[in-house]
Amino acid sequence: MSENVSLEQAFAPPGEDWVRPSRRLLTQRRLVLGIWCAVLGLLAMALLLGLGFGWLALVPPAVASAAFAWGWFLLERNFRSWGYAERADDLLVTHGVIVRRLTVVPYGRMQFVDVSAGPLDRLFSIAKVQLHTASAATDAAIPGLPPDEAARLRDRLAALGEAKSAGL
Amino acid sequence: MTDALAPGRVTNWRRLHPLTPLARGWAGLAIAWVMLMEGGLRNVTQLAAVVGVLIIGAVVLSWLSWYFTRFRIADDALQLETGFLARRSRRVPLARLQAVDVRRPLVARLLGLAELRLEVAGGSSTEARLAYLSDADARRLRAELLARAAGLRVDAPDAPDAPDAPDAAGAPEAPEQIVVEVPPLALLASILLRGGTIVALLVALAVVAGSIGFDQFGVVAGALPFFFYLGSATVGAFIREFGFTIAMSPDGLRLRRGLLETRAQTVPPGRVQAVSIVQPFLWRLKDWVRVDVAVAGYAKGESEAARSSATLLPVAPRAVAMHVVGLALAGADPDAAPLRPAPRRARWRAPFQWRYLGVGADEALFVTRYGWLTRTLAAVPHARTQSVRVTQGPWQRRLALATVHVDVTPGPVQADALHRDAVEAREIAEAQVERARAARGQDRSERWMALPPR
Repeated sequence: MSENVSLEQAFAPPGEDWVRPSRRLLTQRRLVLGIWCAVLGLLAMALLLGLGFGWLALVPPAVASAAFAWGWFLLERNFRSWGYAERADDLLVTHGVIVRRLTVVPYGRMQFVDVSAGPLDRLFSIAKVQLHTASAATDAAIPGLPPDEAARLRDRLAALGEAKSAGL
Repeated sequence: MTDALAPGRVTNWRRLHPLTPLARGWAGLAIAWVMLMEGGLRNVTQLAAVVGVLIIGAVVLSWLSWYFTRFRIADDALQLETGFLARRSRRVPLARLQAVDVRRPLVARLLGLAELRLEVAGGSSTEARLAYLSDADARRLRAELLARAAGLRVDAPDAPDAPDAPDAAGAPEAPEQIVVEVPPLALLASILLRGGTIVALLVALAVVAGSIGFDQFGVVAGALPFFFYLGSATVGAFIREFGFTIAMSPDGLRLRRGLLETRAQTVPPGRVQAVSIVQPFLWRLKDWVRVDVAVAGYAKGESEAARSSATLLPVAPRAVAMHVVGLALAGADPDAAPLRPAPRRARWRAPFQWRYLGVGADEALFVTRYGWLTRTLAAVPHARTQSVRVTQGPWQRRLALATVHVDVTPGPVQADALHRDAVEAREIAEAQVERARAARGQDRSERWMALPPR
């Protein structure tokens, strides 16, 4: 499988392995998926029952369950695709299953760093770190970091950005 | 007084030109007029009353706005205070200045006025607009702002162009030398030879012919908005780019254009983030090309005008264009970098353009080539690389291909090396990151005039 070898090389981590987000991110996403599937499935079932469709009303819950199972698996794959690595001069972020992406952001090019955590994120105590450069195309966000790690990363990136800053 | 303008010193507050309310109120009146036409008033008295109130209102508001607007240069920043209800004070650091435009809408032009626009990276609109100043003031202020942005000390005795006769503005306007003039006929031809124009013309012809053939003239009326759009796109482009001139001045490249509203942009050499040389299909007949630039602060929004200000040269023979690109990139030549073609299997992913794909780098530039009908050569100075990405779609994955994106500031320039071998893509990306790091260490072009003369 020479193709697979080359694929691994193209998106390989620079060192030992990628630093991965917290597994709580996966749990959170599965929970959100579960809630959506349950709500939509039950609503549709109630609607069909109300309209007198009889046993056909069992179709939506079945579809929702199947979607949930499929999503359970997809979320795992997506979660595994996330990773980042700090190097001496730049940060590497990779993610994506269908379209794979690898972004290299030099510390000297960072304009600012955002740490954000929505209510659900806080419930699971995770945060998202987003890097901004002067280019709108830069695609470097790392979701699902433990708050301590997010804060550490933010401070380290800010400090390195300051030290290596190079205008535009 | 020259020394009153020395960096670090503070100048007095200045006001905009007293005719400003007239030039601005006019726009308000035009809007009022359109509203009236839309509203459809019943009789003349009503009309007169409404118009009178609107005129007075517009003039009073413009006057108040003028009265409460003032600006000054303090500590190497432009301070601008505006607004009479909500006061707003803005400080634009001149070291961050990306470009200065002088815009002269038709009415302002008749009154001898001009608007000065300061562009700074980031933000969603022009950072500071000084509308309106007298023509001469606008020029003087532009020269002064650019000189300061360039790191030129206005009072320094060894300044490259020390003022012969120091006037109020301190920095003299940098002398300029015309490099390219685009003749109106060539501009017209270039607009007509664009793919979009030709398709639009064909559709228009089909509509007209069809409606005559089937005696359905209503169709033509129905298609009027489309004709209007077609007209505004082509005639608009012609009016906007009419009389396009590029001049070289120590401040940077000076671009002038416009038939009714004239605009003069100054693009300092240290502020050009990336360049692309674009050739629409039919322009191959004459080997004409267009040159686009990415300058931080320009090309906010998708409007035609925003895209136009990111055009360094609307049309020129390739040799001329390459000369201009050389000026914009401080001597670097995109043609100098040897380009490597994409692997043969890229034809399964990009059957038409794969032969044309290429990527390369020399000591100054990252260069990539792509496109099928419209061909593009994009060049990014290494020091201007913002980030580097490698992406791989599902189809590319099966072919073991990947695309490298060299990200630059927002604008029309896309520097993507499409469909490389996956392993090579990663190597290109890593090499570019390394070159960018090395180049950043040495780059001094931010303060381009503080450089010793080369």
